[in-house]
Amino acid sequence: MTNININVIRKSYPAIGEAGQHLAIENLKFDVQQGEFVCLVGPSGCGKTTLLNIIADLDNSYEGEIILQSTQALYPKIGYVFQNPRLLPWRTVRENIELVLEQHNQTAMLDELLAMMQLTQIQNYYPERLSLGMSRRVAIVRAFAVNPDLLLMDEPFVSIDAPTARQVRTLLLELWQNRPHSVLFVTHDLREAIALADRLIFLSSPPMQVVSEITVPLARTERTERQIEEFRQQLLDDYPTIQKLL
Amino acid sequence: MRALSALPNGVLSTLSIILFIGLWQLLALAIDAPMLPSPVKVVEALWADILSGELPFHLGVTLLRLIVSFIIAMLIGCAIGIVLGRNKPLNALFDHWLIIFLNIPALVTMILCYVWFGLTESAAILAVVINKIPNVIVTVREGTRALDQDLLEMAKCFHFSKQKTLKHVIWPQLHPYLMAATRSGLALIWKIILVVELLGRSNGMGYQLNLYFQLFDVANILAYTIAFISVVQLFEVFILKPLDRANSRWRR
Repeated sequence: MTNININVIRKSYPAIGEAGQHLAIENLKFDVQQGEFVCLVGPSGCGKTTLLNIIADLDNSYEGEIILQSTQALYPKIGYVFQNPRLLPWRTVRENIELVLEQHNQTAMLDELLAMMQLTQIQNYYPERLSLGMSRRVAIVRAFAVNPDLLLMDEPFVSIDAPTARQVRTLLLELWQNRPHSVLFVTHDLREAIALADRLIFLSSPPMQVVSEITVPLARTERTERQIEEFRQQLLDDYPTIQKLL
Repeated sequence: MRALSALPNGVLSTLSIILFIGLWQLLALAIDAPMLPSPVKVVEALWADILSGELPFHLGVTLLRLIVSFIIAMLIGCAIGIVLGRNKPLNALFDHWLIIFLNIPALVTMILCYVWFGLTESAAILAVVINKIPNVIVTVREGTRALDQDLLEMAKCFHFSKQKTLKHVIWPQLHPYLMAATRSGLALIWKIILVVELLGRSNGMGYQLNLYFQLFDVANILAYTIAFISVVQLFEVFILKPLDRANSRWRR
């Protein structure tokens, strides 16, 4: 079991030149349960990436605490799908994924993951030969390969065309249902969030705070485009404040 | 021009060398003086020097000095370059030192090393190393500053060990800079080492060139030059180019 308690009291960026100090996050508090898929929805530049970097321990200049409690491991593992795929250009697709593995006897698991994301054919390609959609799929497999207690995803489908994004979203959900992990998925696309999440957390403009938390009542099998659109409309009617965040 | 561009690169290079030697031969025939011997005479002198064992010995001595000083300079230069590239306060502290060492004339370092430590082998190598290190530091420091922070963050996030980060994330990014430092380093060391030998050693290419200079023996000076250029080319073809190819096979 892994529970994540997030409590960021204050995160600010120091003044540079004429730009004054920037208060990015203030009194942000929420929890993520074991196996829960949570989407963080907020406007561009509101500090979502900053929050993920804090959770991933890439940024520790903040006040507050992030608690990752795991009953299985002393140090819970985190998988991170960055906004740009961040693959090593001088390693092949397969080598990029193998590098993050702690043991080298995980060939079968890796083969299965590559097959699920339809990457088997291109596993020996160098990243420069991949399209953005393919690179993002590799980055997703890399994050899943470490078998993380918590998976962080930072707008992984931004700037890829809608049909490719839809296909990768479906593959992601299959992968996640096959290997359930707690997921924190950042997006500013409400339709995408409804399609994926168990729970939506709406975040404000800086200083970022939680505006509202809404559980998605639809079973995953019911999430057709029509259902998603209806639920989105209902949300916007019920919570007018959300409109300003999108 | 169109006919030339249709030829393969190898043929073009060979044609260019033949053209160069042809021009040299013509010039030598026109001048007809010992100051500019013909290519044939130079090759004869080269062959005689090889057979007598003189050229291989002196070339070997110079090569040994080159390899030792190159390795020392690259190791120390890389280590300092990486540290300065990653650490802003240290870089600010030592930046002026670096500029001073970069601008000390090579001849001054050589003379000082010989004056302070005597006409010894270690003084000769030290003089070469001191001349080379600042160049390596500057190149590697720039490479380290240009490291992709996104990839370093990725390595941290996925808990890469320091060794793994160095081997798979940092080293491949530094490779072009190291190759630049190697190429410019070899060229620089070649030039410095001959002067070091000329000033204070009793063997090596520099010593021999000085000897032939005093005898006004241009054929032998050119013979040694050809041997010298051939070795540099062998370095390029058999060591540097394969290294380049191996490390850039991922590029489109």
